[in-house]
Amino acid sequence: MADAHKLEILRGLVKFKSNTQKIWGVLILLTIITAVEVILGIYKPEMLMGQFIGMKILNWIFIILTIAKAYYITWDFMHMRDETAALRRMVVWTAVFLICYLIFILLQEGGYIESVYSSGYIKRDF
Amino acid sequence: MDTTVVNTGTEGKTWGGGNKPLNASYGKMMMWFFIVSDALTFSGFLAAYGFSRFKFIGSWPIADEVFTHVPFFHGNYPMIYVAFMTFVLIMSSVTMVLAVDAGHHMNKAKVTIYMFLTIIGGLIFVGSQAWEWNTFIKGDFGAVQTKGGNILQFVDTDGNRVALRDFVVAEDKDRTAHENKNGLWFVSEGTLPTYTVEEVIAGLESHDNVLVRTQDLNENGEKTVLDRGASLQQLKLNGKVVVEGANLKVNEYGSPLFADFFFFITGFHGFHVFSGVLINIIIFFNVILGTYERRGSYEMVEKVGLYWHFVDLVWVFVFTFFYLV
Repeated sequence: MADAHKLEILRGLVKFKSNTQKIWGVLILLTIITAVEVILGIYKPEMLMGQFIGMKILNWIFIILTIAKAYYITWDFMHMRDETAALRRMVVWTAVFLICYLIFILLQEGGYIESVYSSGYIKRDF
Repeated sequence: MDTTVVNTGTEGKTWGGGNKPLNASYGKMMMWFFIVSDALTFSGFLAAYGFSRFKFIGSWPIADEVFTHVPFFHGNYPMIYVAFMTFVLIMSSVTMVLAVDAGHHMNKAKVTIYMFLTIIGGLIFVGSQAWEWNTFIKGDFGAVQTKGGNILQFVDTDGNRVALRDFVVAEDKDRTAHENKNGLWFVSEGTLPTYTVEEVIAGLESHDNVLVRTQDLNENGEKTVLDRGASLQQLKLNGKVVVEGANLKVNEYGSPLFADFFFFITGFHGFHVFSGVLINIIIFFNVILGTYERRGSYEMVEKVGLYWHFVDLVWVFVFTFFYLV
């Protein structure tokens, strides 16, 4: 078990000598991502405030960076990288599919109610 | 991998679970199942938060204006403290994974040290969470809630927030808070606000530089500030309750739903961290007692590690959706 770790991150761009070294490498990566998020959150650059598919571009950047962080926590801290493909897919795809479905339904409905509030009449009568 | 697994007598049989298609032990697989279901619970909460936020997209509180405090420092530091909390939790995840790694090498001394550091990290996080709650509940500036349930906050002519204590004078009052020990025992009442709405109106009339700020966001994503005449009119016409801080019913930062979700989601997460710390402590003592040394495997540390990393994983999302987006 102990020597079965896969030691590459970023698709082989960075390769570590030992598992301990990889852990510290991932910590640095996660810290950089968090720092970028906080700096963007404090300064909120004007050019990222435009709208893109219903949300600000900045918010999309936050969500993508968060998913990137989640990937490295799951893959390297929780050793998903070393598990069999079947276990990995069973856990990840189940969650991803159900969560996407749930978020889509709820946000769609929330946006609809908002439109009823703001425009004062029912646009689509189901 | 043959250490903690109990032999079932079905090894090698296709349907007896003996041929191990996932190549993970029973305990680890069950921990993954639990994590998937718990992840769905949390995403249910966060999606419900998203629902309410999209519903009130034009008047939702701006997180940068709500969470601006850092312990021992005065001033306006949005997000710095939450970023620190995030870092503490990621750091304790790192010590946890180092403990797991040391366990693979059967290094008892290192596992002990790393487990200890993980517990410390978890305690710092829970403590920070408690401080954050306390600050949120106590509030800072105070506000007036209208009859329709909206929040009116106060700003000066430059748009800086003005606290009620800076322009309102409290007069002597005969009314005291009702306690069920000296009144109706089945009726209870929360703490009375320091000021009454009439006192706030008087304060606003006597300070020309104070304006009312409503919950509504303008096209620049900032809260709308009313002019002097409209400020007075709005407060006199609609002001109903003075709100200081937040609880499940009222919230000086804006929509009460924001406070409800804040308490519920960070509370549920904080409870996970708390139980994670307890489990870590149990495992820590087991390590010291040499339970896993005798068992010949530190897989239990790995299983608890999975839970601990999951708690970190959830926080990453809570951080994004409560504080950043």
